[in-house]
Amino acid sequence: MNILFYIAALIAIMATIRMVTGINAVHSLLYLIVSLLSVSVIFFLLGAPFIAALEVIIYAGAIMVLFVFVIMMLNTGSSGVKKEHELLKPSTWIGPGITSAILFGEMLYVLMHPAAHPMTRTEIQPAAVGALLFSKYILIVELAAFLLAAGVIGAYHLGQKEKVSHHRYLKNEEPAT
Amino acid sequence: MTIPMEYGLLLAAILFCIGLAGVLVRRDVIFMLMSVEVMLNAAGLAFIVGGAARGSADGQVMFIFILAMAAAEVSVGLALIIQLYQKFKTLDADSASQLNG
Repeated sequence: MNILFYIAALIAIMATIRMVTGINAVHSLLYLIVSLLSVSVIFFLLGAPFIAALEVIIYAGAIMVLFVFVIMMLNTGSSGVKKEHELLKPSTWIGPGITSAILFGEMLYVLMHPAAHPMTRTEIQPAAVGALLFSKYILIVELAAFLLAAGVIGAYHLGQKEKVSHHRYLKNEEPAT
Repeated sequence: MTIPMEYGLLLAAILFCIGLAGVLVRRDVIFMLMSVEVMLNAAGLAFIVGGAARGSADGQVMFIFILAMAAAEVSVGLALIIQLYQKFKTLDADSASQLNG
């Protein structure tokens, strides 16, 4: 069982690196889906089968399909690819890369400092998750519902095109100069 | 399973830092949004690892909230990307640095 964890972790890291350094948006999206699927394998190994299923269904299924639709709608073609080649010079990425590496080193130091705790593999059933979700965390569930409603309204408002009115009284007023 | 908990947290840290570097380096807004997704997923992985180490379901509940937040964030972010592309005809984040409509 342990070797599965290491293989899935390695695939997740490699796929994520390829996603960040990729040029083509659709290829990067496919690498991101591979990364999410391998993280889902890790969830399953950690005894969270319900979360593993949610990761595949919602992250790799629903959210990534949204990305695919937007990339398809925008249809940027090869003009963006050339621009990205110019942006991926070493002088562009070396500063953010070094700062991220320093942050990672700090996290590595903090994580490796205490004694190792072995992970117990007690499988937590979805019923336990649901019972906790609707008893102790019921207020946060309602707040998440508010957040999703705001997201729906915001996406609808931002996504619609600007209305063109042909009548001269209905046109948007010019700002006073 | 005899893997120490630190390895799981280490994987979450690695994924988070790769996503952070992606947000900082890339200027294409679609790539930036995908890197933010990687960072959110890494945070959720840290919650799951913490929950697994203690054998409690609280970490999984937190992951469900992160999932709901990520879904709302992506829908609004992609609508903003469409607006940006309609206005500027490019996906470069630097093109929208003027804030004058």
